[in-house]
Amino acid sequence: MSSLDLRQLHDTEFPIPDEMQGNLAITSLSKVYNWSRRSSVWPMLFGLACCAIEMIATAASRYDTARFGMEVMRASPRQSDLMIVSGTVTKKMVVPIVRLYNQMPEPKYVIAMGACASGGGPFKEGYNVVSGMDQYVPVDVYIPGCPPTPQALINGLIALQKKIDGQSLANMDDVPWYGVGPSDPVPIPILGPDIIDPRQMGMIREQAMLAAAGQPYGVRELPAVAMQIATKKISAGAAVAAVSAASVVVDAEAEAARLERRQEAVARKRALLAKS
Amino acid sequence: MTDQMIAPVRPETVDVDAAIGILKERFPDAVKDDTREGYVGVVVERSQLVEVATAIRDELGFDYLSSATAVDYLGIEDSMEMVYHAYRISGGKPLVFKAQTPRENSSIPSLIDIWPGVDFQEREAYDLYGISFPGHPNQKRILMWEGFNGHPMRKDWKEAYYEAELKPFESRWPKGYVRRSEELNIFGKNVAYPADFDLSRLSDDTEASLYAGMGLGVDVEALNSDEELKTDRLVVNLGPHHPSTHGVFRMVVTLNGETIETLEPVMGYLHRNHEKIGERNAWNHNMPFTDRLDYISSMSNNLGYALAVEQLMSRGMRYTPPTYRAEVIRVLMVELTRIVNHLWAIGFLLNDLGAFFTPALYAIAEREKILDFFEATAGSRLMCNYMRFGGVFKDIPERIRSTANLLNDKVRDFETTQYLTQLITETLPRAVDELDTFLTDSEIIKTRTIGVGYLPTETAIAYSAAGPLLRGSGVAYDVRRAEPYSIYPELDFDVAVRYNGDIYDRYLLRIDEMRESLRILKQILPRLERTKGESFFSGNKAVYMPRVAIGEAYGRVENPKGELGYYVVSQGDPKGPQNPWRYHVRAPSFINLTVLGQMCKGQKVADVVAILGSIDIVLGETDR
Repeated sequence: MSSLDLRQLHDTEFPIPDEMQGNLAITSLSKVYNWSRRSSVWPMLFGLACCAIEMIATAASRYDTARFGMEVMRASPRQSDLMIVSGTVTKKMVVPIVRLYNQMPEPKYVIAMGACASGGGPFKEGYNVVSGMDQYVPVDVYIPGCPPTPQALINGLIALQKKIDGQSLANMDDVPWYGVGPSDPVPIPILGPDIIDPRQMGMIREQAMLAAAGQPYGVRELPAVAMQIATKKISAGAAVAAVSAASVVVDAEAEAARLERRQEAVARKRALLAKS
Repeated sequence: MTDQMIAPVRPETVDVDAAIGILKERFPDAVKDDTREGYVGVVVERSQLVEVATAIRDELGFDYLSSATAVDYLGIEDSMEMVYHAYRISGGKPLVFKAQTPRENSSIPSLIDIWPGVDFQEREAYDLYGISFPGHPNQKRILMWEGFNGHPMRKDWKEAYYEAELKPFESRWPKGYVRRSEELNIFGKNVAYPADFDLSRLSDDTEASLYAGMGLGVDVEALNSDEELKTDRLVVNLGPHHPSTHGVFRMVVTLNGETIETLEPVMGYLHRNHEKIGERNAWNHNMPFTDRLDYISSMSNNLGYALAVEQLMSRGMRYTPPTYRAEVIRVLMVELTRIVNHLWAIGFLLNDLGAFFTPALYAIAEREKILDFFEATAGSRLMCNYMRFGGVFKDIPERIRSTANLLNDKVRDFETTQYLTQLITETLPRAVDELDTFLTDSEIIKTRTIGVGYLPTETAIAYSAAGPLLRGSGVAYDVRRAEPYSIYPELDFDVAVRYNGDIYDRYLLRIDEMRESLRILKQILPRLERTKGESFFSGNKAVYMPRVAIGEAYGRVENPKGELGYYVVSQGDPKGPQNPWRYHVRAPSFINLTVLGQMCKGQKVADVVAILGSIDIVLGETDR
């Protein structure tokens, strides 16, 4: 069987020998792989604020996340798959959070639980509050509520399971930890006179100069691609007939971007392999 | 009889007005009455503050400094002042004294030698207001990080999402045209960078300044001496991400072997600018924010804030105090909250001791039944936002549908009175007894907790400890009895007190307090029945914005975690919509932590976690 090509498993016409009929079921590797992953998502034991109380209540006997294979909360990021950002993210705390995120092994997921983690919530205007975890770390599921009830959190966890179910081993974008290798760590913010995201130094310098020149609020520019899509959507809105055509264009563009990203990813992996 | 009449008046027993008289006689130049409209107490010349404070403590007997906070009067007086509320541990009204300083180069002598409990509060005033405290041994930022630009609570400091001084903002109300804050901020985030900002010139010394002065490394001379072998000291960071720190709290611990030499709490990881936001909000906007202080006991936080603002409103016109039914419902809610909190605290203390999650699961299961009642009444399990100035916002519902009491997988529909009666007379007493039976005599718990984390009575008072931490050290001080509010004077209950001042006694005290709360609740039930149908709100509901009289007020309640105080100052237009000029929260969790370093000194590192658990902190309140 050494010559078995796993890709053949996707082919439903794959012949099962007579003596093994009734003992074998054929399914896709992705499905088995995802089933095992989704049923044992270990969250990090990591509470920030009020939402953490509801998170604990969800883990306790009445709501019981053990039903979803999530009862094992690990205090170490190295042993956990899921970071539930449960509460207000402050500028002082975002530094350790990003560090913890970087320490988690892939595959890793982030749930922004509650209004604060999703977008700043009631404390958004505060001088020490970050407007949402997604400013620094990619977020998979957002759960509204202040705080979300345990039912809402469970709904979010099920949404995450669905997301895991939809990922395919065949697509390197879905499972980059097999395809391209571990993703790059998120640069850790710096606490200066205010919090500094190192990725944005250029923008910061530019805007700071604008401010110094006496322009109190410079116009923020949208990134080029997003701008194009936005203008297209607006022009499409003018004529109803053009809507479907425009959305097709957008989809094609997104598809092209995805393909390009993937080719880059493959090239990166080739280079890595060649090096080793 | 004649002996008593001849005996001179003892200054430490006279009432507050007489005490102020004595003080003015003693320091005619330094102490003056606070004559501003709506203000109480005295203003003390800052150069003599230490002498006056010593006299207040030693001669007049005000030995418990409840709160010390700063106020910025920019535009009104162009000065800043520190406001101190000193109480007698035997109960009674506060002696309020203030010290003023100009806004430039502001400094006020530190009172840390008189009341060590001001330590963190002075550091907070330095951090947020920039007032320096000569004489403070460890004056550095406490909530923000070292190197942060400016002192954010000053009235002329604007946050990055600044829109206007006061809410409701023009952009949202009454026209309803909303602009997102991101569009107003030049950087698109809640960040403002100085104009000449440059990363290369930045030196991050946040951590370095923390470790400075901790006395690390080997003492070479000690190695050469013939004394016992000295080992290198080791610094251990507990937190901010640590399962036992009850949130994002951090302790920097210096160890000698396994013994703790110094412990320094580091906080601010959940500093979400409660007070700055509170000063922009209108008076009743702050009610839902108080929920998020001590998020386990939101009902009690509501009551404290309502009491403080009602104090102010009672000085104005057209104010009617809360109705009797409102007070009954308030006490019902607050005492249920106390049980919720203590169940949680005991469950997690056991977690910290190593009984991982089993006791907590039992405690949480009982808690859920109370939360069901909260949800049916206020609409939310955790953030109830239930009290209003002059009552509560809604009556108790007729029926309650509870999922915690599933019967054959069906949600049960109860009559509320029946549900409450069963909860208070059967379910909760049984739960408390159950915890008591299984935990109190446990050999492991006794070994781990008896004699650990000892806090002597005098230290507890001097460090302004409050709540179970204070009462566990033998001080029968409970705001419900010391300065009664609501309908507590007519209720029959005892102040729980334990005398050994260790973790075990604090645990026992919480069991006692739950039993006392149940005793109160049993007296509440007939009152609830008797007042059925009466009004639960005294004010005029059509009034959206309450009119608050000008002046200051300090409202305090006995929260499950200790004394929760709100210091509010009202300035501005008494006719139009108003906002608090100053809105300060005297958080028990924050001030109880002042003594943590003392309690942990000489203990083993494994006990730190248990000692912290026995103080029972919550970070929303610690960092605000």
